[in-house]
Amino acid sequence: MLSRVAAVDQSLGSFLLVTEALAMERAQAADRRIADGESALLTGIPMALKDIISTTGVATTCGSRILEGYVPPYQGQVAQRLLDQGAVLIGKTNMDEFAMGSSTEHSGFFPARNPWDLERVPGGSSGGSAAAVSAGLVTFALGTDTGGSIRQPAGLCGVVGVKPTYGRVSRYGLVAFASSLDQIGPITRTVEDAAAVLSVIAGEDPADATSLRAPVPDYLASLTADLHGIRVGVAREYFPDGLEAGVRANVEAAISTLESAGAKMVDISLPMTEYALSSYYIVAPSEAMSNLARYDGVRFGHREHGDTIWEMFDRTRNAGFGREVKRRILLGAYALSKGYYDAYYVKAQQVRELVRQDFQRAFEQVDVIVGPTSPTTAFRLGERLSDPYAMYLADVFTLPANMAGICGVSVPCGLSEGLPVGLQILGNRLDEATMLKVAHAYQQSSENGTQRPPILQEHATAAG
Amino acid sequence: MSGEPAYEPVIGLEVHAQLLTQSKMFCSCSASYSGAAPNTHVCPVDLGLPGSLPVANQAAVEQAIMVALALNCQIAPITKFDRKNYPYPDIPKGYQISQYDTPLGRDGYVDFESETGSERCGIIRVHMEEDTGKTIHGRMGGKDVSLVDYNRSGVPLLEIVSHPDLRSSAGARRYFETLREILVYLGVCSGDMQEGALRADINVSVRRPGSEHGVKVEIKNLNSFRAVARAVEFEIDRQVRCLEAGGTLTQETRGWDEAAEKTVPQRSKEFAEDYRYFPEPDLPPLDVPKVLVDAVRSRMPEAAAKKRERYVNHYGLTAYDAAVLTQDPELARLMDQTVAAAPFAEPKAISNWLTGELLRLLHETGMEPAVVPITPQLLAGLLKLLADGTISNAIGKTVFEEMFRSGTNAATIVRERGLTQMGDPEELRQVVEQVLTANPGLVKQYVEQDRKTEGPLIGQVMKATGGKANAAIVKDLIAEKLS
Repeated sequence: MLSRVAAVDQSLGSFLLVTEALAMERAQAADRRIADGESALLTGIPMALKDIISTTGVATTCGSRILEGYVPPYQGQVAQRLLDQGAVLIGKTNMDEFAMGSSTEHSGFFPARNPWDLERVPGGSSGGSAAAVSAGLVTFALGTDTGGSIRQPAGLCGVVGVKPTYGRVSRYGLVAFASSLDQIGPITRTVEDAAAVLSVIAGEDPADATSLRAPVPDYLASLTADLHGIRVGVAREYFPDGLEAGVRANVEAAISTLESAGAKMVDISLPMTEYALSSYYIVAPSEAMSNLARYDGVRFGHREHGDTIWEMFDRTRNAGFGREVKRRILLGAYALSKGYYDAYYVKAQQVRELVRQDFQRAFEQVDVIVGPTSPTTAFRLGERLSDPYAMYLADVFTLPANMAGICGVSVPCGLSEGLPVGLQILGNRLDEATMLKVAHAYQQSSENGTQRPPILQEHATAAG
Repeated sequence: MSGEPAYEPVIGLEVHAQLLTQSKMFCSCSASYSGAAPNTHVCPVDLGLPGSLPVANQAAVEQAIMVALALNCQIAPITKFDRKNYPYPDIPKGYQISQYDTPLGRDGYVDFESETGSERCGIIRVHMEEDTGKTIHGRMGGKDVSLVDYNRSGVPLLEIVSHPDLRSSAGARRYFETLREILVYLGVCSGDMQEGALRADINVSVRRPGSEHGVKVEIKNLNSFRAVARAVEFEIDRQVRCLEAGGTLTQETRGWDEAAEKTVPQRSKEFAEDYRYFPEPDLPPLDVPKVLVDAVRSRMPEAAAKKRERYVNHYGLTAYDAAVLTQDPELARLMDQTVAAAPFAEPKAISNWLTGELLRLLHETGMEPAVVPITPQLLAGLLKLLADGTISNAIGKTVFEEMFRSGTNAATIVRERGLTQMGDPEELRQVVEQVLTANPGLVKQYVEQDRKTEGPLIGQVMKATGGKANAAIVKDLIAEKLS
């Protein structure tokens, strides 16, 4: 595994840090555990964590130079759970700085690339995690999703990515971008693997006051291939005129496949979809501005000298933060400021409530909602860098789910001109089971998702 | 000359009180950090490390409810936390978790006694927040350095904001003293101003009676009653002089210079104070149901003012004694529990022991009432021996002091030191005869002064018996002998 990583990742850039020694140690421990007959679900499985998850003794940068050298003294809840299972950490994956981005080009270190075409982006902000799984460097990875940052890169890289219901997975140890939107979730090749990982990381955590008390169902048990009785909503707003033809074709084919598996298709409307993007880009940057205020060079991370404390703050943050992060901090500072708070932040939160009600109404008629994960396949590196708004549009179908707090998954549903297309399946709050059932049934009924990126043929090894 | 002041002072106080909970407001680190080495009572949460999250301390919430009730506030049925965003090294997250538009308590009041009689000061709001770290500026290795200690970061704070109802420096002081007493008696705050457990900011303005508020000046961070009174006095004076000289006042923040005994301007902020408040997304809103409020109310200890009322009306104590006993809740507790343990004794007698001998010994040894070895049971034991006549009052004092120093019970002390009162008239008659023979001068004085001055003679008998004689019997014997 490690040698493949070393060989492949030069060109892929999916890892910011490969934890070789630690991985060997944990692999040996896992072997012993398996020999003793004390293995758990994920014992010995090689995995990666997005570099936004706090890992004791292992550098955590969040893709930012302002955290260069920061080694956390405490373990995030999900990292602890995986450690307890005996999963083997291969490394920390590349990401857009502080999870702000849709292409991993905003990484403070270097961009990650799409295993299907190295000149194209893997999506973001969990681009490193998606690329690593897609290229077979790890069996699963954890990403984070605030506006689509698990689902969109999963879609662009041809792998499975799950965003759980808000509060389903503990955020303790998840470096915050937007506190009311962030969730950690698995990126895998199969829905079954995703269900397995989710069953380990989901559940209440007393250290996270927003984590939900609801019991965690047996996700694996809910995976069947029979969709009779399941009502699948097709929202007209997810099939706008501007949708890339190849994306439309693959998604519509996927919908037919679902129908063949027994699902009943229902036409629905989600009229708030067009407002979700603008309200997201008020709420998320506002929370981010506040969450990123702690990066001041006082206790940890990068520090620039200043003659006064204010100079030190200014210089440190100027040097440490990238352009996209600065852009969003400014947006947030503006939206929360005296005189503008009611017109922007409060208004955006009110729109958010309407988005939530939109879905609530829809889920009275349907069990899941389907559509494309992203309007296009992977775009070229550099293509959208000068137009932030064009970049933001990549998440237009994914971010409503974050605003409403519901769950969503992207499954690969074919290739368009050699590039993966993602099918997004949204489930009601705390109904991961139904959402995963539909995703699994789709995967079982089609060849899609079993294709591998060309990079793997180049570096094929005997063992996985 | 007219007695009508040209200007009327308008004063309000904003008090911050550290709560006596075990843990900090949003994490389980110990909240009592006094004396601890710097940065030893810290964790990822109160250091604001990336990825850490706050969890509200239920005990702190309940203490806050108790304070709001004691201040006669309306309790919010649902309350929430908000982020107050501002950057400074001692604010580890770059924001302080506080409460903005849904404070836990509002629209209350405090009644207090001042030189002008009974006064009432309105309370605008009571809310919860977390304390900041402490910054120390100094020199180290030849350089100017600033050091930050985060032990205090995250300690639960209550902010109590009064209406600007106060009208004098004495009133402001009395209000602050009363507020402190309320908090200490509830057991929610140590009231220790030296340690920073209780701090006050004051708003002072002056106006011509009947007109609108004048320019408001804030004086920050006062930590003694004297400082409060002096700062207010100085500030009123400064403002009036300025206006009378035709000047204008600026709305500003000032500090109190203890040494120079004046308020001084503080450096103006580098940036406009926009805290960008928004609801704390990491903490769900808190329900404060009536059943919880009622439960807290039922646990509330008796307020000091109520206690004093009871001491005067039920125990028959003087207002002065009541005031002395309630100076410290431990003293008052001793009083109440001893009354219960010694129903045969007069409350007045118990009060005398506490305000007399006990306070004397506490003062002498510098001991705090909370740790004194005298328990209600011990004191009751002593009172029993006195009531039975087993020992004399004079011996009683000796026994009390011994009890104080060793914690041994009275009966044991009396037995071990043979201090039992001499009550046998035959035994005493002999001593009396000896004393009368030995003190002809005193006898003469007694007879000449109409048989009323037996005091010195009794004193001599006491001396001869080591204080153990029963004074009443001695008095009768002397009268008998010299009749």
